[in-house]
Amino acid sequence: MSEAASLLLWLTLAAPLPLGLLALWKPPCQMRTVVLATGALPLVTLWLLPRAGEGALHGSLALGGLSLHWRLDALAALLLLLTQLVLLASAAYAVGHRRAALPADAPHARFWPLLGGLAFALGVIWVAADLLLLYAGLELMGLCAVGMMLLPGKAEAIRAGLRYLLYALVGSLAWLLGVALLLGAWGTLELSGLAAVAEPDATTRIAMALLAGGLLLKAAIFPLHGWLAPVHASAWTPVSAVHGALVVKASFFILITLWRLLLPEAAGAAWALGLLGAAAVLWGGLKAWRADSLKQVVAWSTVGQLGYLMLAFPLLAGAAASVASLAWQATWLQLAGHALAKAAMFMAAGNLLFSTGASRLVDLAGTSRRLPLSLMTFGVAAVTLMGLPPSAGFTAKWLLLQASMEAGQWPWAVVLVLGTLLTAAYVFRVLRYSFVEEAPRHEFHPLPRGTDLTPLLLALAAVGLGLVAEWPLSLLRQGGVP
Amino acid sequence: MSGAFFPVATLATSLLAAAIIFLLPEGAFRARTGLNLAAAVLKIGLVAWMVRGLSQGHTYGVEFPVLEGLAFVLRADPLGIMFAGLSSLLWLFTTIYAIGYLEGSPNRRRFFGFFSLCVASTLGISLAGNLFTFLIFYELLTLSTYPLVAHRGTPKALAAATLYLRFTLTAGLVLMIGMVALHALAGDIRFGQREILAEFGAEQRGALIAIFWVLIAGFGVKAGLVPLHGWLPRAMVAPAPVSALLHAVAVVKAGAFGIVRLVYDVYGAELSHALGLLTGLAVIATITILYGSLRALAQVELKPRLAFSTVSQVSYIVLGIGLFGPLGTIAALSHLLHQGLMKITLFFCAGNYAEELGIHRIDELDGAGRRMPLTSLAFTVGALGMVGLPPLVGFLSKWYLGTGAVEAGMPWIIAVLVASSLLNAAYFLPILYRLWFRPGPAHGVGSWPEERHLGRFETHAWLLLPVIATAVFSVMAGLLAGLPYSPLEWATRVASLEYLP
Repeated sequence: MSEAASLLLWLTLAAPLPLGLLALWKPPCQMRTVVLATGALPLVTLWLLPRAGEGALHGSLALGGLSLHWRLDALAALLLLLTQLVLLASAAYAVGHRRAALPADAPHARFWPLLGGLAFALGVIWVAADLLLLYAGLELMGLCAVGMMLLPGKAEAIRAGLRYLLYALVGSLAWLLGVALLLGAWGTLELSGLAAVAEPDATTRIAMALLAGGLLLKAAIFPLHGWLAPVHASAWTPVSAVHGALVVKASFFILITLWRLLLPEAAGAAWALGLLGAAAVLWGGLKAWRADSLKQVVAWSTVGQLGYLMLAFPLLAGAAASVASLAWQATWLQLAGHALAKAAMFMAAGNLLFSTGASRLVDLAGTSRRLPLSLMTFGVAAVTLMGLPPSAGFTAKWLLLQASMEAGQWPWAVVLVLGTLLTAAYVFRVLRYSFVEEAPRHEFHPLPRGTDLTPLLLALAAVGLGLVAEWPLSLLRQGGVP
Repeated sequence: MSGAFFPVATLATSLLAAAIIFLLPEGAFRARTGLNLAAAVLKIGLVAWMVRGLSQGHTYGVEFPVLEGLAFVLRADPLGIMFAGLSSLLWLFTTIYAIGYLEGSPNRRRFFGFFSLCVASTLGISLAGNLFTFLIFYELLTLSTYPLVAHRGTPKALAAATLYLRFTLTAGLVLMIGMVALHALAGDIRFGQREILAEFGAEQRGALIAIFWVLIAGFGVKAGLVPLHGWLPRAMVAPAPVSALLHAVAVVKAGAFGIVRLVYDVYGAELSHALGLLTGLAVIATITILYGSLRALAQVELKPRLAFSTVSQVSYIVLGIGLFGPLGTIAALSHLLHQGLMKITLFFCAGNYAEELGIHRIDELDGAGRRMPLTSLAFTVGALGMVGLPPLVGFLSKWYLGTGAVEAGMPWIIAVLVASSLLNAAYFLPILYRLWFRPGPAHGVGSWPEERHLGRFETHAWLLLPVIATAVFSVMAGLLAGLPYSPLEWATRVASLEYLP
């Protein structure tokens, strides 16, 4: 039984690779082709989900002398499901986007194998139980992401992409150093083995600091977020959507997994991470509020929203079990809600930009009349980012507030309040421009069918997730807080 | 089975109507009008069915868990269904009015879509079974009214909408903090489970008092309690049906209804009284009533005067809550309905004067009673009701407030009532005098600011009909107050549930 399930899992994880290569050879022209080709993957994950909850799915891959460990717990399965859904939506969107928005000679076909590689890498990261496997996933993900960012081929895209590559490589170096230290000190790379033997001594602390540094850089956590906004400025819309929704989250996932494993009790360092998150919320919010192009608003909003995730560290460390459980659930709900909403928002913003042919906020005048659906999608996605009910962002914020109150850690409640107000400020700044009626008339390009529906579905999913949160959260609770 | 069906179906009528309206093309005004009216009538039917069922002892409710130990609860109880009845009845008239009012103007799809969402949220607020569910719809109301206030897209409208958001979103956060704190302290409290907080010991009283005032601050913004009322007069730039909706049933009432729920169904009147919270509420309400009336007196335009009058009148509800005892409760709950009927009439009338004759200032109203007799008659009914002339409904509210004050041992409230009635008379009677007794353009003196002949009657039939209907309802609610299902009778029924064990 578990043999078959393991095989099925790895088939699901690896399937995007051949599909991506197939699409390189023969790019899909219809959205339904993509949906038909990959629609089965989330269904398989759904089938695996209850089995993952029992903790039965784990194993190791033998590569020569190396054995690479993996396990599928409830959290990994839920994240895998999320990844597949967001990637499916982005892939479907990319078909329509190419038809309408890209010049015929754009090297669009190369997008597909990169997307397949990214999907595989993300899947590997979720299931990895081994520093080496994590490293492989992380590198593959980074390279695919950089490749996708370079696709537009314009000078600024290449400049921003190469800067991203440089940052990612620095991050990888720090990561490798940290891994080497851990291997030298404790003699194992397997996560459960490390958890059993590793003591929180100086070596572990230094190693964790190196790992954290590298991962914070890759996750664009304040103050290491400098590369994020420029890469989005010139990237293709579906690439931005995937990147903002998933890629930065993977680094955060690794960070929190390792942190809970190696330094669960280090309250001081956890508070430092929480403060970084607080600064990210405020700084990202302020920059998004002051930005004057739509894509920059959305990109800076990612910097701010990632900050909320970092609040998990102080709430998990050294707090009561009930508080830790609340914070743990809140973090993953926030992550999922943000992933769905941010993908939707990038797509909606891409539609608005494409249709108006302009990138500044002032050029949005009149869109509430001419492009109501795209604007509505933007608004619905923003509901999740603002944390207004009934969205996943709201439910997550409720849990985080409750956790910080029960723990008596009031600063985080203040951060949540300020973050919400800042988010509302930049979101309604965008909407306000769209309500202006006396404005020069633009040429509005018609949007291809489906490119407006895909983001709307994602945004509605983010809102609806808040109401049905009990289903994924009950699965998460079974797994417990590590 | 039907227990879950009715609350969900009632909510779904407006939500579905909103979704379909957004999908319909801008030009499909016949389909939109038909859908709007059909949904409104259907909803009145569903609510009426639940009213009948409730009085026969049926229960209606549905719930599912959203988080561990926290549920989404929709439930019809006598208090909630009272508010639901008000909102669905006034929704029908406001929809008719809005269709006439916006004829030929742009962006009607957006308007009616958010309009339906706004009503769906009001309904959700009335049927919410705990504070968490209440908050969900309360915030949805904020979001769905923003596009309505900003509807015209002028710099003034956008500025007012931004101000509105600043107030309401901040208030929503304050409310959320209070609710999370209460949840952390006492868990998920369903409305009506007053025993949970009542059993808390003396050491937690400080926390309970603090949370109460945090929540009141959150509700107070929408309820327009001084000094949190700043957004309300500015939001007047919205189209007339939106103002009517905002003031009579949706936003302002949602705040007041929240306070009603908090005091009667979460803390319970006994505990609130024991903690000394009710006196505080009465004091805040007194300040708001007097301040709102004084500011109304100073306004030279019609809509701002009505807006400040709302600030003052809604606080009668809060004042009634502040009076411990069944009579005060009856006053609060019945005024929730009475004020809605009267205020919506007044705002419809103001919209009619503006549309038909271009009148915005009060001194332009001279002799308008002759040109628009039915509208002016309706305005007179609403204004006299506000002043509290028997047998109109406003008198009933004030009578119960007065007797409730004596019952609660706060006779100074009577002086407040007298003062505020005098102020009401001082700002409404001059308008009536101008309408009926001053010679104006209809008598050949001067000319109307911008006269249009919108219909066969004194104005467009779709604008006139709702005005007459709501005016008739406010007269009937006063004359027939003793009959079953009148606002007063229902309020008495709810109040007896609160005070009898």
